[in-house]
Amino acid sequence: MENAGRTQPVLTAQAAGLVGCRACGRVNPQRAKVCARCGGELCPNDPAALQRVWAWLAAGLIAYVPANIYPMLRTSTLGRTSENTLIGGVVELFSHGAYGVGLIVFVASIVIPVAKFIAIAYLAVSVRRPSVPGDHKRLVLFEVVEFIGRWSMIDVFVVAILSALVQLDFAASINPGAAAVSFALSVAFTMLAAQSFDPRLIWNANERVHA
Amino acid sequence: MSGQTTIDPGELIACPVCDALHRDQTVPPHSTARCVRCGTVLAAPRKGAMTQITMLAATALILMVAAVVFPFLELQARSLSQKASVLDAVLAFSQGLMAPLSLAVAFLIVLLPAARYLALIYALAPMALGWHPARHAKAVFGWAERIKPWAMAEIFIIGVAVALVKVAGLARVELGPAFWAFSALVVVTIIQDNYICRLTVWKTLEERSRF
Repeated sequence: MENAGRTQPVLTAQAAGLVGCRACGRVNPQRAKVCARCGGELCPNDPAALQRVWAWLAAGLIAYVPANIYPMLRTSTLGRTSENTLIGGVVELFSHGAYGVGLIVFVASIVIPVAKFIAIAYLAVSVRRPSVPGDHKRLVLFEVVEFIGRWSMIDVFVVAILSALVQLDFAASINPGAAAVSFALSVAFTMLAAQSFDPRLIWNANERVHA
Repeated sequence: MSGQTTIDPGELIACPVCDALHRDQTVPPHSTARCVRCGTVLAAPRKGAMTQITMLAATALILMVAAVVFPFLELQARSLSQKASVLDAVLAFSQGLMAPLSLAVAFLIVLLPAARYLALIYALAPMALGWHPARHAKAVFGWAERIKPWAMAEIFIIGVAVALVKVAGLARVELGPAFWAFSALVVVTIIQDNYICRLTVWKTLEERSRF
């Protein structure tokens, strides 16, 4: 596909007084509300839309607190009941020598959620400051956050399978803890925060400088 | 661009990620068109993609039925044994206040993936056969694209793997036919999603709606 103006700085739909559709790529007149090709709703790349990102991000952060405090799993073996939090589960895996799986769970349930909060906040702040360099690096960061976010749900599924499978009456049984709900909510809210972020804003900030 | 051009917006496409304008040209099958600025894939058409996507979605749908109906996992420890189906994993949270999470898990691992296969078949089967698009085909395909991040079948199967490692020391686990059906479904879905080129699908739907 040939670029419309390769020698000059890239011309964007917004700069040309048009609105590009983020679903199908169709270029529409500025005042159009609905895309002519796919019928989807058109939204101009307006920094005001960042408010939604912040709102979802705050909801995700709030839900992440009880996810760490309450137990994720209740295990009872021969009448003894123990409760495992997110961190507790990782520690137990390591103490059993399951380093590979322990590492996966640690990365999925602790490292990725925290890194996501920081990354989304950084992206939302950076598009307000025109002097932030590294458009491409920020785009890669956004794509990584968007791709990896849903994988955090793995913890909830592990709890679901363990609770369904390990129900051997008195000998051993595993039941879900309250943290499963808040963890699932936290992951969903963070996904929504990433989806509300409009990547076109990354490039917008620099255009205002060049203009 | 030089002066006031009278280019039809329908001949341009805007990059969905960075808004850069490109002249819309026919991309030959098996080649990839990328955005000049951010490198996002704009179009990657494949020969016979519509037929492939429809067939793969139908396959995945049948496998999903098998995955829900057949036994999934069986746990054996001494004289005790416990069977768990995919439905049991969904119902793991059904007690007390966690019931909404059961519903959410049902949507994430069974209902949304199945609905997405159905939506793709509905929107793309007429395209594969060279027919006029079905009623509301655009809205249905747009919906299938929007729910894509929430269809988490592949994350569930990795969660199963993690859960199996966790109980491996505790008891013996037999893998039922549903486990293999679900694994196959994940592979089929990944191949299917590889065939979907959004721009090509939207343009085909648009062109076929004209006459």
